[in-house]
Amino acid sequence: MPTLRDIRKKIKAIQGTKKITSAMKMVAAAKLRKVQDSMLRYRPYATKMQQVLSDLAGAVEARGDVPPLLLRRPIKNVEILIITSDKGLCGAFNTNILRVATKEIERLKKEGLNVIISVVGRKARDYFKRRDISLKNVWTGISGKLQYAHAQVITQEMINSYVSEAVDEILIIYNEFKSVIAQRVVVNRILPIGRIASEPTEQPVFIPFTYEPRAPELLAMLLPIYIEIQVYRALLESQAAEEAARMTAMDNATKNCDELIKKTTLVANKVRQASITKELMDIVGGVEALKQNE
Amino acid sequence: MENKLKLEVITPYGEVLNEEVDEVYTTGAEGDFGVFPGHCAFMTAIRIGSLSYKKNGQMNYLFVNRGYCEVLNDRVLVLVGSAERVEEIDIERAKAALARAEERIRRAEAGEPDIDYARAQAALERATIRIQLATKLIPK
Repeated sequence: MPTLRDIRKKIKAIQGTKKITSAMKMVAAAKLRKVQDSMLRYRPYATKMQQVLSDLAGAVEARGDVPPLLLRRPIKNVEILIITSDKGLCGAFNTNILRVATKEIERLKKEGLNVIISVVGRKARDYFKRRDISLKNVWTGISGKLQYAHAQVITQEMINSYVSEAVDEILIIYNEFKSVIAQRVVVNRILPIGRIASEPTEQPVFIPFTYEPRAPELLAMLLPIYIEIQVYRALLESQAAEEAARMTAMDNATKNCDELIKKTTLVANKVRQASITKELMDIVGGVEALKQNE
Repeated sequence: MENKLKLEVITPYGEVLNEEVDEVYTTGAEGDFGVFPGHCAFMTAIRIGSLSYKKNGQMNYLFVNRGYCEVLNDRVLVLVGSAERVEEIDIERAKAALARAEERIRRAEAGEPDIDYARAQAALERATIRIQLATKLIPK
């Protein structure tokens, strides 16, 4: 039977934990707002660039002059880029993505393909290290201070290995931010680009642009930016999803603390009453004994 | 009637510039070019370098990363990875970046593995242009 003092101590400890979790929830909420803000500011650049590139690609393809980054070739080596977080305490965020990634890797291996893995985030790195799986590229320290330059570096690396034919296809696996309570793991093909997606606009008007250099070369110069856009978006989405997952996890933790405090307080009260009852019985028993002596 | 150009500079971090200007100069894939009102429809890639524009008789300078430029109907649309006004360039930071890039290039040339030569060179180029712009162009 725990003493009253032990139980009081336990309640104090739970209250301390609750303070921490609720503070972490608040921090995650603030960070989430920040990421959402940068997503919003990023949108005009991304949509405009996508528009430009799809117009340009259309013009180039009409002439049957397709740059290598758009072309598919027989696939032997597949690279997978898995985006996780650096820090934990964000619920099933990392578990989910690593589970999907592992499944995807197995599926590709079954098809007889050689799978090369690159990761973003400490969690994925540790996961594969524990299983003795070698990694091609590891990028850590991105979450929390994401810059467009990060996407540029990653893209450059991808294009290099694609052009040198070390890999024939590049997939990216990340958590998509659907809402604060829902994240979804998505698998996207980054390279080869295939068709450039863009939101349909008003009827395309043919404008006699002067291209400098000629359109095919210009397209080849700008295509890396298209990949950068995709990578940066994936990183942003993952970041938002991470903070959202952390927020939910910390909210749940805070609620659990509340419940624990309630339960433990109940126990404490019972113990207190039990000891009072015992004391009372002692006193009553003493009085009875004295009465009998008279 | 007054002829003006509408200059828009957009980066992944948001809109840097959206102004009515008189003239725009920057570096395209095949060299420097200038845009005056009434320019023909034009598309090019932008190299790391400077972008300047004249407004009310005064020149303004920006540092731009690589990207894309489109001129259409007196509207100049510039999409770049990053852009900053010359007044906002941190010279100390640029100098530190320059030293770092030089060091990396030296080590790469000495045959040290694990150094991305191309990246170091790009960093060197960026830092050099930043310093040039900042030291030459800031009105004292």
